Amino acid sequence: MAKLILSLDGQLIKEFALSKERTTIGRKPHNDIQIDNLAVSGEHAIIMTILNDSFLEDLGSTNGTLVNGLPVKKHFLQNNDTVEIGKYKLKYMNEAPASMNRAEFEKTMVLRTPAAAAASKQVREPSDTQTDTGFQATLGSSIPGTIPQPAAAAGAATFAPTASIPSKPAVSPAASPPPAAPAAAAASPPPGQPAAPAGAAATATRGVGTIQILSGANAGKELPLTKPLTTLGKPGVQVAVIAKRPQGHFITHVEGAVFPLVNGKTLDAQAHQLDDHDIIELAGVKMEFFLKP
Amino acid sequence: MSLSSSLEMARATHTGMVRAHNEDSIATDAEIGLAVLADGMGGYNAGEVASGIATSLISSETREALVRHSPHEVDRVTGSPFAAKLLADIIGKANTSIFQSASRQPQYAGMGTTLVVALFCNNQLTIAHIGDSRCYRQRGGKLEQVTRDHSLLQEQIDSGLLTKEAAKRSQNKNLVTRALGIEPAVEAEIHTYPAQQGDIYLICSDGLNDMVADEDIEMTLGAFGANLQLAAEQLVQMANDNGGRDNISVVLIRVKKDFPADEGVLAKFFSWFK
Repeated sequence: MAKLILSLDGQLIKEFALSKERTTIGRKPHNDIQIDNLAVSGEHAIIMTILNDSFLEDLGSTNGTLVNGLPVKKHFLQNNDTVEIGKYKLKYMNEAPASMNRAEFEKTMVLRTPAAAAASKQVREPSDTQTDTGFQATLGSSIPGTIPQPAAAAGAATFAPTASIPSKPAVSPAASPPPAAPAAAAASPPPGQPAAPAGAAATATRGVGTIQILSGANAGKELPLTKPLTTLGKPGVQVAVIAKRPQGHFITHVEGAVFPLVNGKTLDAQAHQLDDHDIIELAGVKMEFFLKP
Repeated sequence: MSLSSSLEMARATHTGMVRAHNEDSIATDAEIGLAVLADGMGGYNAGEVASGIATSLISSETREALVRHSPHEVDRVTGSPFAAKLLADIIGKANTSIFQSASRQPQYAGMGTTLVVALFCNNQLTIAHIGDSRCYRQRGGKLEQVTRDHSLLQEQIDSGLLTKEAAKRSQNKNLVTRALGIEPAVEAEIHTYPAQQGDIYLICSDGLNDMVADEDIEMTLGAFGANLQLAAEQLVQMANDNGGRDNISVVLIRVKKDFPADEGVLAKFFSWFK
């Protein structure tokens, strides 16, 4: 769960969990986070929390609210943002779930719709003020600790009034998934975090992949391969594409009866990894692939 | 009338780099101009079961229904093409089938699936969808999203709470507001669009569009457009190169030429009596 850490002049004062749909900040005692200082307005700001996201809104305070040094009216809070109110600082912490649960956590879940309420056996008289929204994770028990509380889910309904997830009576627990699920979660360990997302594992790219034309009208021209994909050749005649991947550069024949040659050898239907100084022949044009330092 | 001379279809599906199972399921039939994609959810292998029921039941039922009716005929009650009614009916059946297996077998309780069904007929395309799997169209080199997700994020974008950019930073991904098979009844969103020669349609699970930016999808369809199968494989590879956090499924359909429906005098004559 996200939290705010209140501090003054680097001295930690208190930690607040953002467990409610609305967390109020201000000088008056009824606020969830009370800061008793004259630079702080009575009702200074509010934080709306919808499941795992939190939004800060300044309530027209006299001295304003800063996030990371900039004044804001409304702000979608990101992990490690620093909110400043007067001389006080509130650090927003919302770390992504631990890697152990990450794959489970990211599985698609269903927010139940009003139809479900009608279908569910348990029907409770909905009161005007109560916005108790049933939230069903189809994985339910396999993600302990990550199922948002009804209070948070209710935020989804009330905070976005045009959204079609209206509040509805709570769903009977009978609808929850099988109890055996946690075992499944334990038995299917995700193989760690994805291998360093895109590019980070770019050990193969010691320079900028570049094509230099060696023959024909454009001889001598250089073409840096900066985009993820670069198309070579003439559409309808012969086309090949060079894909820039974390592992290096790969050439693939896309179109045409004649396949390109790399170092005099005809390519097959597979992508072929290019090495520094490979010579490509395509549509009658010779070119060299090299890594430009 | 076979559509396989007018439509080219290619597909690819992959478990991705993190998940243990592939819970996506896809089916294509160029003869009748049908493509189905489902992204299942639920514990154990229930997600696969739900998406598998959806694609197999929808393909076989559609094939059967098209023997009796032409999808371009206008339904007299609703005034919309028969294709729309046909898909609504068949999706209803699939919903019931998944919902009932889920209620009968405890290990499948709560299973469900997203769905995209595309049915081509008479130079038109009818798309039915539920959840956050998508259909895109590449026309004149520009990629456009055709379907709108049934998801919490999309609703927040619509209500102005989040911008499309901010939504990428949300921690509330993967929350769908509609799914097939989790309730006794479901409403699919169904629309019919004119199709043009040269169009490329992409149907994908969120494992693609969460990992690969729309600009890169557009670039890939542009560069590999001449070779649909390679394009499908390239898209899967890009999603995996970017982390492959979810199952990735891709169906590509190219409109090679017009496909007007066979409006013979006899066909018209008989359609009066249906």
